[in-house]
Amino acid sequence: MRRIGIWIAVGGLLLGTTACGGGGGGEPAGQAAGSQTLSVGFVAEPANLDFTSTEGAAIPQALLVNVYEGLVKLGQDGSIQPLLAERWEVSPDRKTYTFSLRKGVTFSNGAPFTADDVIFSFDRVKSDWKLKIKSQLDSVDRVEKDDESTVVVTLKQPSNGFLYTLTTRLGAMFSRTGVDDLANKPVGTGPYTLASWKRGDSIQLNGNDAYWGAKPKVTAVTLKYFKDATAMNNALLTGGIDVISSVQAPESLRQFADPGRFETVEGTTNGEVVLSMNNDRAPFNDKKVRQAVRHAIDHKALLDTAWAGRGGLIGSMVPPTDPWYEDRTGDYPYDVAKAKELLGGKTYDVKMRIPNLPYAVASAQVVKSQLAQVGINAEIEPLEFPARWLDLVFTKADYHLSIINHVEPHDMSIFADKSYYFRYDNPEFGKLLTSADQGSEQQRIDDLKKAARMLSDDAAADWLFLFPNLIVAKKGVTGLPKNGIAEAFDFTALAKQ
Amino acid sequence: MILYLVKRLAVLVVSTAVAGVVVFAFMALLPGDPAEIALGVNATPEALEELRRQFGTDRPAAAQFADWFGGLAQGDFGTSYVTSSPIGPQVADRLGVTVTLVLGGMVIALLIAVPLGVFAAVHHRDPLGVAISAASQVGIAIPAFLAGILLVFVFAVQAQALPSGGYVPFTESPGEWLRGLLLPWLSLGLVQGAVLTRYVRSAVLDVMREDYLRTARAKGRGRMGALWRHGLRNASVPVVTVLGLQLATLLIGAVVVERVFVIPGLGDLLLNGVAGRDLLLVQGVVMVLVVAVLLINFVVDVAYAALDPRLRGAR
Repeated sequence: MRRIGIWIAVGGLLLGTTACGGGGGGEPAGQAAGSQTLSVGFVAEPANLDFTSTEGAAIPQALLVNVYEGLVKLGQDGSIQPLLAERWEVSPDRKTYTFSLRKGVTFSNGAPFTADDVIFSFDRVKSDWKLKIKSQLDSVDRVEKDDESTVVVTLKQPSNGFLYTLTTRLGAMFSRTGVDDLANKPVGTGPYTLASWKRGDSIQLNGNDAYWGAKPKVTAVTLKYFKDATAMNNALLTGGIDVISSVQAPESLRQFADPGRFETVEGTTNGEVVLSMNNDRAPFNDKKVRQAVRHAIDHKALLDTAWAGRGGLIGSMVPPTDPWYEDRTGDYPYDVAKAKELLGGKTYDVKMRIPNLPYAVASAQVVKSQLAQVGINAEIEPLEFPARWLDLVFTKADYHLSIINHVEPHDMSIFADKSYYFRYDNPEFGKLLTSADQGSEQQRIDDLKKAARMLSDDAAADWLFLFPNLIVAKKGVTGLPKNGIAEAFDFTALAKQ
Repeated sequence: MILYLVKRLAVLVVSTAVAGVVVFAFMALLPGDPAEIALGVNATPEALEELRRQFGTDRPAAAQFADWFGGLAQGDFGTSYVTSSPIGPQVADRLGVTVTLVLGGMVIALLIAVPLGVFAAVHHRDPLGVAISAASQVGIAIPAFLAGILLVFVFAVQAQALPSGGYVPFTESPGEWLRGLLLPWLSLGLVQGAVLTRYVRSAVLDVMREDYLRTARAKGRGRMGALWRHGLRNASVPVVTVLGLQLATLLIGAVVVERVFVIPGLGDLLLNGVAGRDLLLVQGVVMVLVVAVLLINFVVDVAYAALDPRLRGAR
C-alpha cells in the first residue's frame, strides 16, 4: 500500500480563501437552556465541499466527524474507536475485517444507513474519487455484505494502516441517494448538518435532530473564515468569535495573555516543517552536503526566531504522537566546524524556492543566514502559493532548497516515492515501509523506527520544526483538542461553561 | 444631446468588447493550471486529464473565448471550476456588498469634502481655512487600510463599541448591517474626503475669482449667497471629474479595505479566484469591474454635458 499523500496545506492555506467574519454583530446573546452556539475562526475556507474531488485541508476539517462519519474514528490519544461500526473482528490472517454496523442510523436526507451504503462508499473511492490518496485503499480486494448490518472487507494483503485510513476522509460513508451535489450539499450521518454557507464569510452547521447518538452540547456552530490573521485576532478580542482554531502569528499571543478572558491550548500537530533538499540535483545529490546543512542549522534558534519558540523540534519525519516516534534531534547537532569539514572548504550558490507563507518566509531567512556561515549562499525566491510553488517545486522539482509544512498524518511514506519532489531514491526505505504495513503490530513499530532513522542518517531532508497546535478561546470554552492530529476539527466535544 | 448620447454609447460598447479580449488574453498568460490546483499534491495524471476535460481547459483558447464571451453577452458568466456553482449569482452578491461599501464611503467623503472645501475656500486667508487645508494634506497621505486598522483599534478593540469586521446582510438585521459598515465606510470616506476637500477648495477658489461672481456681489448678494446662486454649479464640473475617478479607484481599491474588515465583497472574490486559478471567475469579476469603470466614465461625461451645455457640442 503506497501512501503518497500529503496535503501541503500549511496551517491551512490551500486554496483557501476568503474571509469574513469578524464580528458582524457577534453571536446571539440569549441562549436557550440546552442550546449553545459557538463560532470558530478558521484560516482557509473550502473551495467547495467535495473532498472526493478537491484537495485542501479545509473541507475534511469542517465536515469529517461533524457531518460525515466513518465506520471508525480517531481518538485524541490516537486510538481507533467505533463509530458507525459498533464493533469489528479481524481474521487470524489479518486479511478479513467483519464490521457490525450500528442499527437505526439515517442519513440527513432521510435514507437509512445500511450495508449497501458501505459497499457503495468503498466502491466510490475506486470509481469516482480523484485524489491520489485514494491509493491508500488499494489494499482492499472486495467488500461484501453478510446481512443488512454486517459488512466483510477482504484485503489483498494484511495492512496495519487499513483501520487508520478509515478514520480519514477515505472512510467517510456516503448515501447512495446523497451524492448528486457533493460540492454544495453534503449528506452524511453525523451529528451536524450543513445549514448554510455564505461564501467568503462563514459556514453554519446545525445539530442534526435525527442523529443516532448522543447530541453534542453545542447545537449550532459557525465556522468563520479569515484571510487576515489580525482580523481574526480582532474578532476574538471583540467577541465576534469564540475560538481561533489555529494561531497564524504566534507573536500575537501576547494579546490574549489575560487568563480571566482567554485561554490558550498548545499541543502538537502532524505538521513537519521540512527543509527539502533536491536529492537529484547538485550540490544536494551529495550526501555530505546534505549532512553539512543539517549540522549548520541551529534548530532551537530557528524556532525561537521564526515561530516565537512555539512548536517542537524533530529530527525525522515522525511527530511525537505516533507510536513509532523516537527522539532523533541529536543525530545532527548544531556544529559549524563539522559542517565546514563535510563541505571540504567548498562554497555553493543555491536557490531556495519557498511558498509565500508566513512560516516559510520567516524560517527561510534564518536558514539563509545560518547556511551562509558554512559557505552555502542560498538565494531566497518566494513563490505564490499554491499555484506557482506547486508548479515549479512540487511538480517539476526545479529547486535546490524549499520549505513547506507537510501536514498529512503518517506521511513518512512520501519519501518512498522517488518521483516525489524530494527525489530521494533509496529502495531499502521502501522495503521497510512495505514490511511495516504487512507485518505484525510490533514489527510495524520496529520497521518504522528504522525507516525514520534511515531518513535522518541519509539527510534526505532537514526537519526545521514541528508545527504547533495553537488554539486560543474565550474563557469557558471546553473540549478543545490539545493535539491537532486528526483531519477533522471535532465540534462534538466542545461546550461552553 | 441625443446624438452625443448615441456616440458616447457606441464608444462604451466597443470599449467593452476590447476589454473582453484583453482580459481573456491576460488570464491565458497567468501561469498555473486550475486542475492542478483543485487536486493539489494528490493529483493523479489521469484525474488531471479528466478534470481538464470537465473544465474545458483542454480546448483551444479561441473556442474557450467564444464560449465565454458569447455567454457573457447573454448575461451568463458560466460555472466556476473550483466551486462548481454558477458565477453570475456569486458576482451579483459580492457586487452588491462592494457597491454598498463604495457608495457609503463616497457619501461620507462628500459630506466631509463639500462643506469643508467650500469653507476652506471662502476663508482661505483665515487660520481655520489654512488649518483645514493642511489637515486634508495629512488625510491624503494616509492609506485607507491604515485608517481602517486604526479605527478598528480605537472603536472595536479598545472601546468595544463596534464590531471589528464582518458583514451582516441588510435583510438579516438592518441594525447590525449598519454597525458593521460604519468603520469601513469611515475608513474609505475619511481618506477620499480629504482628497476631495482639496479639489472642492480649489474649484471654489477658481470660481470666486471669476468676473461673474464679482458682478453678482456688486449687485448686492452676500459672499455665500453669490456662491450659492452662481458659483457652485460651475465649481462642480471639476469636482464631478475627480468624483468619477475616485469612484473607479474606490471600487478597485476596496479590495484592501474588504480584507481588513473581513467583508465578502468583489475584491475578496477576485483574490480567491486568482489564488485558486478559477479563471472563469476571475475573468467575470474583472469584466464587471471594467464595465463598471466604463459606465462611471460614461455617466461622468453625460453629467458634464448636463452641467455645462458648452461641452455637448465639443465631442
